[in-house]
Amino acid sequence: MTGSVEVVYRGIFQKHLGQRITRGIVLAAWKEGKVGISFGRYGDSPERNGIPAKSFAVVADNEEELQAYLSRYEPSNNDVTVAVDDTLCKGVESWAWYGLQPINKLTRAGGTVLVTSIQTPEELLKDCHRKNAEWNLAVLKGTASFSGLWVYKEDHTDVRVLGAIAKVAPHVVKIESVEAAIRGEWGDELKVGSARKAYERVEIRTVRPEEGNPEKPYEFQLPKWWEMKEALVIPGIPVRQEVRGWDGGYRPGRNPTFKKFATRTMRPVVDFEICTKCTICWLQCPDSCFDVTPTGHYDANMEACCGCGVCEAVCPVKDCITMVNERAFEDNASQFEAYQKDEAAYKAWLREKIQDKVVTSRSHGFRYRGQYQEELAQMAAEGEGPGGS
Amino acid sequence: MSVATTEAPVPATAADKEMLISGCAAIAQALRLADLDVVTAYPIRPYDTVMQAVAKLIANGELDAEYIVASSEHDQFEIVKHASAVGARVFCGSSGVGWMYAMEAIAVTPALRLPMLALVGNRALDDPGAFGCEHNDALCVRDLGWMLTWVDHAQEALDTALIAYRVAEDPRIFLPCAIGADGAFLTHSEALVKVPSKEKVDRFLPKYNRRDKQLHPDNPITVAPQVNEDWVMEIRKQNDEAMRRARGVIQEAYADFHRIFGRQGGNPFVEEYMTDDADVILFGQGTLSMPVKVGVRKLREQGHKVGFVRLKWFRPFPTPEIQDVLRRAKAVGVIDRDYSFGSPNYGAVLYNEVRSALYDLEERPRVISFICGLGGREVTLDSVTEMSEILLKTAQTGRVEQPTYWIGVRG
Ligand code: SF4
Ligand code: SF4
Repeated sequence: MTGSVEVVYRGIFQKHLGQRITRGIVLAAWKEGKVGISFGRYGDSPERNGIPAKSFAVVADNEEELQAYLSRYEPSNNDVTVAVDDTLCKGVESWAWYGLQPINKLTRAGGTVLVTSIQTPEELLKDCHRKNAEWNLAVLKGTASFSGLWVYKEDHTDVRVLGAIAKVAPHVVKIESVEAAIRGEWGDELKVGSARKAYERVEIRTVRPEEGNPEKPYEFQLPKWWEMKEALVIPGIPVRQEVRGWDGGYRPGRNPTFKKFATRTMRPVVDFEICTKCTICWLQCPDSCFDVTPTGHYDANMEACCGCGVCEAVCPVKDCITMVNERAFEDNASQFEAYQKDEAAYKAWLREKIQDKVVTSRSHGFRYRGQYQEELAQMAAEGEGPGGS
Repeated sequence: MSVATTEAPVPATAADKEMLISGCAAIAQALRLADLDVVTAYPIRPYDTVMQAVAKLIANGELDAEYIVASSEHDQFEIVKHASAVGARVFCGSSGVGWMYAMEAIAVTPALRLPMLALVGNRALDDPGAFGCEHNDALCVRDLGWMLTWVDHAQEALDTALIAYRVAEDPRIFLPCAIGADGAFLTHSEALVKVPSKEKVDRFLPKYNRRDKQLHPDNPITVAPQVNEDWVMEIRKQNDEAMRRARGVIQEAYADFHRIFGRQGGNPFVEEYMTDDADVILFGQGTLSMPVKVGVRKLREQGHKVGFVRLKWFRPFPTPEIQDVLRRAKAVGVIDRDYSFGSPNYGAVLYNEVRSALYDLEERPRVISFICGLGGREVTLDSVTEMSEILLKTAQTGRVEQPTYWIGVRG
């Protein structure tokens, strides 16, 4: 019997985490006398900050069964899909393909999407697209663990996810073998304890086909060889898009089939009332995300924004642009339109987002010195991290 | 050459260690076990995984070797060429156009009879910018006197690297050898690999000894003088003879390897899969063996007599084995992860090699070219079925309706 797990993670920030989890699965299965492989999605590499990427583990009783999964980019019928950042539930656009892949797309019918999150399953289901079959949503309480290319944050997320996988898919790995593998690979009893706790605490819920985000994710049909332009020539994107009723405004042309918002873990919210229309955000945004409105405001287009945070850093007006965790939003609607429709309501909405400490905590990078230590202590207190109860 | 391989049984301390490592890391382990002297590096995917793995071994104190980061692939191959001439065991490698950029150094190495080991992490030749697997990079040296082998899993990568050193450094041969490893599928996938003990490897692999060809103050010689038409043809003939001798030396090396390590016991040149009674045979090299074997098993369940042959050594090309294995089939489909634009039948490289090897047989199978999996596209189960169906039809009618098919191309 074979079992396969995909781990969907944020490029660079969670590269080591993704690899550790899939390696851990194979090492655990090995303790049961099984064989296995662990590999990353080749097209995702070289990774870029935050762009969704994948790592896989396949385990089988013998080499012959394993063969069906070898020499492939992406197993398509996974027992478990792990999202180690809950904003990935909005969909996955890798830089290696076109279109938005729902997080549960490659999860088999009856399989499980396991998310590390502090949101409830119901909140997550607003993001996860519907699936034409029953599936399970499992939530492992915790904030997304981000680190970097050269550093790794030892907050036990790797082993906690392994413990949770043993719960949702014991035929892939059993908790005892996860524990044995952790002892073998890391020799750390605290980690063994974290895996066991996650195994006991992970919440699982069945999701029916009619539950979830009803939106149809954008797709792209790849052309046939004779439909493509020859000589590796691809047409440019028009410089400007016409927008009706936007006289005096300006919206740059954008690629309709390659967006970037699946990369985003934070988004800017703009206080149009105090904006001085200085143009700096518009000039500095590396992705030309700002639409210039007819009133001369700058509206960050959420289909294009990858959440880098540059605009927040360069805006000269205090608290005019604030990066807010992506999990606080359910759509990509224009902020300026909302502002125009009802300024007071927009102001209230903005205040709510900005004042919520939880959602303004950064997914990566820090707002002030000492925030990392603070977060670690907080995670320990919540029982998520090392040394938790 | 005499190799001390016949003494007492292997001691208990010589147990294999099992590690979860990528194909490239497996090759790095082989280099550690082979006591590599000099390695040069210049990054390009997917080969670069091996240079990272070797750097790590050196940094961890597990391997004591000279690690030189070159300024380009050309320098990378030049440096090891010279190191090999003074008697160092060397390793280097590249991928795609990186390998092509080093071509001047690569092309002259066989005439110098330098037993360099290189890894070609197979990659499409840019442009278009592409990382995925194609075999055209490594195949560029097919006429030049390089030995060329393809591996299909991480364990075989480790084993073949040890075997390749032994064959290349055999004084009867002294030829460079390249290992083709499919980008991504082999280079970047982690599998459980048995890493043998140093004791065992020492019994298998003697020290590199260039003897009277070694550049050394005590051995005053000139290497690679300018020559004219009075000399070149004889030099080429020497290379030809060395390549002819390689066949026997490869067989010896595999036999010894099997005795010492208990692996690689089959035919060194080809792997046969369900070919005994096969009417039609798929033929290919590298990691496409995995989906093809799964497909063959499926078709067998449906009662179709389909088999598969995986080529392990491309140079020297094992003509007798190919003839022997394929003569029994009615139709053979050669799957190429490469192209050869404008070649006979607009087929691909391996196809024309196989077809030519079969020509002298009185009774020979029909041969079809399948161009598949270019740029690292997956060779899917559906593709295997499609190719098998074409072959079964060909076997039935005895006629080649169309010599070449592009399988899995959108159109
Ligand atoms: S966060 Fe700001 S600067 Fe960065 S892409 Fe989005 S709008 Fe542009
Ligand atoms: S940088 Fe700030 S103040 Fe300037 S235009 Fe942008 S939002 Fe307004």
